[in-house]
Amino acid sequence: MPSSPERPASEAAPILQMRGISKTFPGVKALNDVQLTVYPGEVHSLMGENGAGKSTLMKILSGAYTADPGGEILVNGKPVHITGPLSAKAHGIAIIYQELSLSPNLTVAENIYLGREARRGFAVDRASMFSGCNEVLTRLGATFGPRTLVGDLSIAERQMVEVARAIHAHSKILVMDEPTTALSSRETERLFDLIRRLKNEGLAIIYISHRMAEVYELSERVSVLRDGTYVGTLPREKIKPESIVHMMVGRDLSSFYKKEHTGGSRGPVVLEVNGLSDGKRVKNGSFTLHKGEVLGLAGLVGAGRTELARLIYGAEPHSAGSIRLNGQDVAFKGPAEAIDTGIVYLTEDRKAQGLFLDMTVGENINLGVIGRDAAAGAWLDRGRARQRSLAAIKAMTIRVPGPDFPVGALSGGNQQKALISRLLETQPKVLILDEPTRGVDVGAKSEIYRIIDDLAKSGAAILVISSELPEVVGIADRVVVMREGETVGEVGGDTGVAINEQNIMALATGVDMAKVAA
Amino acid sequence: MSGGAGGGPVMAGTVAVDAKASRQASMRALVRAVGMLPVLIILGALIQVGGIYLTGEGRFLSWQNLSIVAQQASVNSVLAAGMTFVILTGGIDLSVGSILAASAMVGLLGSIDYGYLGLVGALLAGLLIGLGNGALIAFVRLPPFIVTLGSLTAIRGLARLIGNDTTVFNSSLPFDWIGNDNLTLGPVSVPWLIIIAFLVIFASWLILRRTVLGVHIYAVGGNESAARLSGIKVWAVLLFVYGASGLLAGLGGVMQAARLYAANGLQLGQSYELDAIAAVIVGGTSFVGGIGSIWGTLIGALIIAVLNNGLILLGVSDVWQYIIKGGVIIGAVALDRYRLRGSART
Repeated sequence: MPSSPERPASEAAPILQMRGISKTFPGVKALNDVQLTVYPGEVHSLMGENGAGKSTLMKILSGAYTADPGGEILVNGKPVHITGPLSAKAHGIAIIYQELSLSPNLTVAENIYLGREARRGFAVDRASMFSGCNEVLTRLGATFGPRTLVGDLSIAERQMVEVARAIHAHSKILVMDEPTTALSSRETERLFDLIRRLKNEGLAIIYISHRMAEVYELSERVSVLRDGTYVGTLPREKIKPESIVHMMVGRDLSSFYKKEHTGGSRGPVVLEVNGLSDGKRVKNGSFTLHKGEVLGLAGLVGAGRTELARLIYGAEPHSAGSIRLNGQDVAFKGPAEAIDTGIVYLTEDRKAQGLFLDMTVGENINLGVIGRDAAAGAWLDRGRARQRSLAAIKAMTIRVPGPDFPVGALSGGNQQKALISRLLETQPKVLILDEPTRGVDVGAKSEIYRIIDDLAKSGAAILVISSELPEVVGIADRVVVMREGETVGEVGGDTGVAINEQNIMALATGVDMAKVAA
Repeated sequence: MSGGAGGGPVMAGTVAVDAKASRQASMRALVRAVGMLPVLIILGALIQVGGIYLTGEGRFLSWQNLSIVAQQASVNSVLAAGMTFVILTGGIDLSVGSILAASAMVGLLGSIDYGYLGLVGALLAGLLIGLGNGALIAFVRLPPFIVTLGSLTAIRGLARLIGNDTTVFNSSLPFDWIGNDNLTLGPVSVPWLIIIAFLVIFASWLILRRTVLGVHIYAVGGNESAARLSGIKVWAVLLFVYGASGLLAGLGGVMQAARLYAANGLQLGQSYELDAIAAVIVGGTSFVGGIGSIWGTLIGALIIAVLNNGLILLGVSDVWQYIIKGGVIIGAVALDRYRLRGSART
């Protein structure tokens, strides 16, 4: 495996060098001694699994984060100190974000000049702004003029405006983060043309994408990150999907995953989802879930896993397909109905969609069942609620002085355990757990794995959505993989394909599996 | 496993931190519970002392005057109780003043021919209008501010329409005792207006703190998407709070009509919604929902009534009454935020 960046054919000096970059968040080392060297006139792809550190590295480059002391960033061979977004811009670094940062209510010219408006005295000098934009837009081959409202443009055209803004600000290093996720294939082609044109003009483009085919088509070189460390850089002639996947995965499983439940001898089918679609993010979700089984649902960010889960749970209506629970067709009008039939869903966004942060731990634990407890249908059974919270706090080892403590003051792991308690109190038969260990410390992680294992032992059917491959591999009996809104395959169980990161990643990225195994 | 060995000290540290946080939390809970009561007491004392100093006699703290203050606070307390439900869900009801007027018209006109059925009609009218607001907010998903701003105007028009834009009188109103009589038990005699207001506050407290519905109201205000995902029927909660606000505005209309033997669609209840909102906010309820108590609202309503009454007793001119009232409302909330800094989201 190459460990030093190989230089491209051109003998130009690097435009950007990042060396020894580390970034520590409380409790997590997101980046550890990472390097990246980019030359002018190249498309340099940056790859890695979800959470490998790509975004963190780019946020350091753009000044959104400050790196730990010790590393250095050189632009055109000179050390620079990037203190914030403005200073990154001053050094010629521009980032095109996934969420476009344009104002739809303003014209193309106003967006391009945003914050640097041309003036004549106190008045905005629209005429010179329009003519200044015309030049850039013509250069990029835009088919719209500077007076067009950005709101009237397609996503692809808006991207072009973002690029135009970067060019107009004399940026030399352009970072594009998953620019094609919202584009059609024709729009993608046009974007690629644009990228090639920029490259030929001598710009350096750092291209982040999960899509192997794009990376293969565009890149001069590819650098790979894994777990916050730099793995290596491949030159053009050595870029092969298999070698990249191999660099992206392949680490030892730690021993703290717990799989004592006997999911191998499968029970009857509890949940059967067939061709489920919302006509938008989910095109075809199909899988079966058995009693006593932990089924992993893997895929890259944006593959539609959460959206599929919300369709099953009735949080959003589906437009096609069927859901069968214990052999009966069901379609929930809302989460309340799903919970009544024994399906619960743990949200991936605990603070925004899960917990009531102003309420106590006890109220949060009891919220789903106070209606069932209620005497005469309406009055709270406070004694029972208290007993229940005390029992749950003990069973889940939630570290809290008592049930009357506000849940917002707990650590992430304890918040998550309180939220899981709320689901468990309804005594569900099917649990859909969306990123159950996100933002949770290592100790709480292993406790959550124990809880999942115990639930499977007691006969619950569990679907675990996770972006952490080692976690999926460590706890699941089978893994279904989604790509671009569709369930594209399965590993483990009867498939005869081993559950490992390579096989899952191959399905998630769409790379041929036989080649990867070789 | 190394995690187990490392767990001990980490856990001990967590518990120490938790204990400190726990003390802070109970302090905050205490501050919240006491709420604005000190402000009310200081305000009362200032007015009493000011009265003695300026006019030579302390008329404020006489039983007779305090009873008047309580009666003046009663209608606003009833409206503010409904408003508390609404604001706890993160909403607002601007239409209560207009609903009060329309209900009072229905009640008076109905009482002329049908006696007590007029009272029932007034309550029903309030409830129906409130449910209409609620349906638009819960099912059509329109913003509460817009919906109730619309009804503020439309229902005012309706109130004038009901009485052909005239003042309606009924000197032999069958339920006039509500506005003018006392409940006498032995030596104690309390105006019915006060008793009704207190019963409404008490019932609101029961609903908010002792029923499943109450927890759901706080939950919807605290985090609506989490409420939906955890199986709460958010639409039912919204329908309830706007229905309750309308019903209580209807009750306010009955109280007002019973006191005056008359109602005028144009003038009755003008800008009452602002006093109700002020009572709720001064009472410490968070304007974005999820935090607050009905007792705070009661104290808020009393603060506003004491101000109204006290400034008149002190002989402050009408113009200055407005300015001082506004200042006290803003000051009280500012004080509240200052005391609860870091925890409150008013």
